Amino acid sequence: MKLAEIRAHLSKFRVGIAGAGGLGSNCAVALARSGVGTLVIADFDVVEEANLNRQYYFTDQIGMSKTIALKENIWCINPGTTIIIKQEKLDKGNIVQIFSGCNIIVEAFDSSSMKEMLIETVQTKMPGIPIIVGSGMAGWGKTNDLRYRKIDDTLYVCGDESTEVTDNLPPLAPRVAIVANMQANVVIELLMNNNYQ
Amino acid sequence: MTMKILLNNRSEELEGESISVSDMLVQKKFSYKMRIIKINGTLISKDKYDTTNINDGDDVQMLYLMSGG
Repeated sequence: MKLAEIRAHLSKFRVGIAGAGGLGSNCAVALARSGVGTLVIADFDVVEEANLNRQYYFTDQIGMSKTIALKENIWCINPGTTIIIKQEKLDKGNIVQIFSGCNIIVEAFDSSSMKEMLIETVQTKMPGIPIIVGSGMAGWGKTNDLRYRKIDDTLYVCGDESTEVTDNLPPLAPRVAIVANMQANVVIELLMNNNYQ
Repeated sequence: MTMKILLNNRSEELEGESISVSDMLVQKKFSYKMRIIKINGTLISKDKYDTTNINDGDDVQMLYLMSGG
């Protein structure tokens, strides 16, 4: 299939991104470059200097809301992408409404309890909507430990499922961006298959 | 009595005929707290671990959630 045909197909779909940090910002950029039509990006945080070691922001965006900064950056890459931003902290009560109409949801939080809350909510209240989880990407090296696993038709996980971020094992750009791009790759694989017309 | 289940696509033996999710976690010494558990495709929320049972032949999927992103 030619690139133009792939982009024309992907332009029909809407993907939700829960969190615009290391996973979310890099994943959103990969999806926008590939031609996914609409991205719903939810985050309530602002860009901080400490984010720039792995997140898709620039020094002149420090202090800016992440959703607005990411929308600006994606506009510079592919102005054809429709970006819907939600500057809200996600919780059990607002997730369904925020991501309504999304074909697929990308879990891109950094806290494990937020990951758990989002997955539980999507799996119980949005039946049939696949969620792509990132779990385990701290530190550096161990490239072959980063993998993709399909649990079932609605639950996929990318990462090593074992390394947790700590002060002595921080998240660095390569492993975080690898996992973010693995998530984007799963999204595209799903959207390109016959269930999505 | 023992029973056989599939845990992340691998066959595992458990003591008992039917045990709660909480008991399975103790028996298998799974102590890490942040996780998703699905039994036969249905997600079991944390507050149901004591009251949901795993039975012989069940397909159990467990996903650990590590901080970082």
